[in-house]
Amino acid sequence: MQTQEYDAIVVGSGISGGWAAKELTEKGLRVLVLERGKNIEHIKDYVNATKAPWQYPHRGGRTRAMEEMYPVLKRDYPLNETNLDYWASDRDSPYTEVKRFDWYRGYHVGGRSLMWGRQSYRHSDFDFEANAKEGVAIDWPIRYAEISPWYDYVEKHAGINGSHEGMPQLPDGQFLPPMQLNCGEQLVADKANKIFGPHRRIIPGRSANLTQAHDGRAQCQYRNACWLGCPYGAYFSSQSSTLPHAAKTGKMTLKPFAIVSEVLYDKDKKRATGVRVMDAINNQMTDYSAKVIFLCASTLNSTWLLMRSATNVWPGGLGSSSGELGHNLMDHHFRAGANGKLEGLDDKYYFGRRPNGFYIPRYRNLFGDKRQYLRGFGYQGGAGREGWGRAVAELGVGGQFKDAMSMPGGWTIGATAFGEMLPNHANKVSIDQTKKDKWGMPVLAIDCAIGENERAMRRDMQVDMAELLNASGVKEVQVYDAGYFPGMGIHEMGTARMGRDPKTSVLNSHNQVWDAPNVFVTDGSCMASAACVNPSLTYMALTARAADFAVNELNRRNI
Amino acid sequence: MTDNDIGLLETPELITRREAVLRVTALLGGIALTGGTALITGCRQEKVGEPFTQDEIAYLDEIADTILPTTSTPGAKAAKTGAFMALMVKDTYEPKDDQIFREGMRKLDDASKDKNGVGFMKATPQQRLALLQDLDREQFNMSEQRKADAKRKSDEFLSERQQSQPAPAATTATKITEQPPKGYFRMMKELALLGYFTSEIGMTQAQRYVESPGRYDPCIPYDGKPAWAGHA
Repeated sequence: MQTQEYDAIVVGSGISGGWAAKELTEKGLRVLVLERGKNIEHIKDYVNATKAPWQYPHRGGRTRAMEEMYPVLKRDYPLNETNLDYWASDRDSPYTEVKRFDWYRGYHVGGRSLMWGRQSYRHSDFDFEANAKEGVAIDWPIRYAEISPWYDYVEKHAGINGSHEGMPQLPDGQFLPPMQLNCGEQLVADKANKIFGPHRRIIPGRSANLTQAHDGRAQCQYRNACWLGCPYGAYFSSQSSTLPHAAKTGKMTLKPFAIVSEVLYDKDKKRATGVRVMDAINNQMTDYSAKVIFLCASTLNSTWLLMRSATNVWPGGLGSSSGELGHNLMDHHFRAGANGKLEGLDDKYYFGRRPNGFYIPRYRNLFGDKRQYLRGFGYQGGAGREGWGRAVAELGVGGQFKDAMSMPGGWTIGATAFGEMLPNHANKVSIDQTKKDKWGMPVLAIDCAIGENERAMRRDMQVDMAELLNASGVKEVQVYDAGYFPGMGIHEMGTARMGRDPKTSVLNSHNQVWDAPNVFVTDGSCMASAACVNPSLTYMALTARAADFAVNELNRRNI
Repeated sequence: MTDNDIGLLETPELITRREAVLRVTALLGGIALTGGTALITGCRQEKVGEPFTQDEIAYLDEIADTILPTTSTPGAKAAKTGAFMALMVKDTYEPKDDQIFREGMRKLDDASKDKNGVGFMKATPQQRLALLQDLDREQFNMSEQRKADAKRKSDEFLSERQQSQPAPAATTATKITEQPPKGYFRMMKELALLGYFTSEIGMTQAQRYVESPGRYDPCIPYDGKPAWAGHA
């Protein structure tokens, strides 16, 4: 076994890993970025990005053969013909579901930054203070004032579009121009925003799509095909935004097909010394050493890695001394809301396929509102004219029918809520030694469910949207709850939470593992609560902040 | 385009007994409605999962072209919709649906013979259209019923809420909307529409397709022309 030395090692190349790579290399460190899957080169490897829709044999759908190959992925939209290559193989990388948990993974350079939904929102102090105020789990060790400059920093680089709204529950940021609401959305927004006041409002969605050229990247072309990889680099991904800057320094070594099997730990120095890596192709093991290690392998995989490390000191793994490693798994519960039809706009249309929609920031349990449950939810939705799909349910066959269905249909509007899931010690992951993946490594067992708080919230998630639509003149309003299982939100969070006390948390306020100060964990596993907003922007900010801290500590010879 | 709920609906514990009964009832209703004498006994094993023959594809082309004929824009046959339908049934349908679809092809032909004295391929365009209109009416009535049921459920949910009854301990599972089985004509119509409107002809001639719009106009006057086609 050979050993190679670097200043820093970053495990994972997704949203968090890309940021760690960029920040650490730009601060002068020689950085090894380890990615368990294959490389996907920006633009060149987006093989379907410019394919016409009719060129897919099943027009983007799914076959039974695909369903057999992907028993988990098939449970929701990710299984499809257009970007199947971007999703991890359920067969190669199985896991154990103590309770149903949908785990949608991206095992390649860029990780899920290639396929993410791009919605980008800040946490507010309502979120950072909630645990402490309500006596739920543990307090976040940071407040908005500490992370706000880092939100500024990452937004300026990543390019986030949005409108300035001055809503305290959803802080404004360093925005590119917003993607406008369309006529249907604006009509409803104008009415609803008057009726429901300043705290419950429809605003343009904030997303990591460029509304103007930025950082050498072209502006959004409104193709709405982001999930194929963007040939214009017009949305934020590791490929388009962070890794190119890391590469430009000449200090990054990016190594695909490198599965990190454990963090190497020196119990005398109380420091990590490096990582052990299995080559995913030939199963050869290599050790790499570094002064500082960033775990950005995605929430559950970073936790898996910690659990497998330093077990000679702590049987539960590195960071387990608190008893909280692997616990407090969270997601956002969604797929509940309402929709309806809009009248009086048949002379209006739009042009372009906007990869965004409207947003309604959280208003429940804020500003004096008090519900039977804690926390709240935000809505993501959109309005548009129906297409040919309406024809399936309509009466008609023949030429007139065909010509009518070729025209735009009526306007519809709808939204789903994304609700906060409370941190709960009982929602946990552990290592299942009885089941092995393709590389012979034991897999994770996931034991997670929503509780009474989430179930109570799901009623409001439906009723409130119906109330807003009805009040705004929308017709034929219907509520829906399409069902939810943890993981479907693809917002896994927790399992290595930050905190103020090593007895109750895995990481300190700078994302340092209490028991190994040169190991930083900056992906979703660090989250002490989930809030109800999409979390990726917060991972970016926490990663940039932790990288800055780490380099300062290195320079001070504290780590 | 894809049904996000497919995975959920397949999860066995989510289908309540009542829903299971409804499924069967609807299935029988669907078969009974579609007419013909061979229906009750029609349990012949179809070539589920196998490729369709050229003759079968030609037959599907004619069905699709009856639903979506040439007008000022080319029709479903020109867009090779029959071959697409055949591929989708073979590759994407569950065996039970594949069976229903292939049986349906025969039932449709039988219905044509019953009604017109000749099979579907020999029937005139007017005879074909009249036959499919009957079948379409049946499937439409069923889907209207489903829509009305969904609306009623939604209204009940909201009115319960207004009477401020305590929230029932409803589980997520019981809220998952059930999707009843489809009759064969519904399958044919769905596949013909999907095949046609996502084909090159359907996207670029029947609809307007702009690969790279380059901008977003959120609100413009509607010009009376065909819809913008989406992306894959």
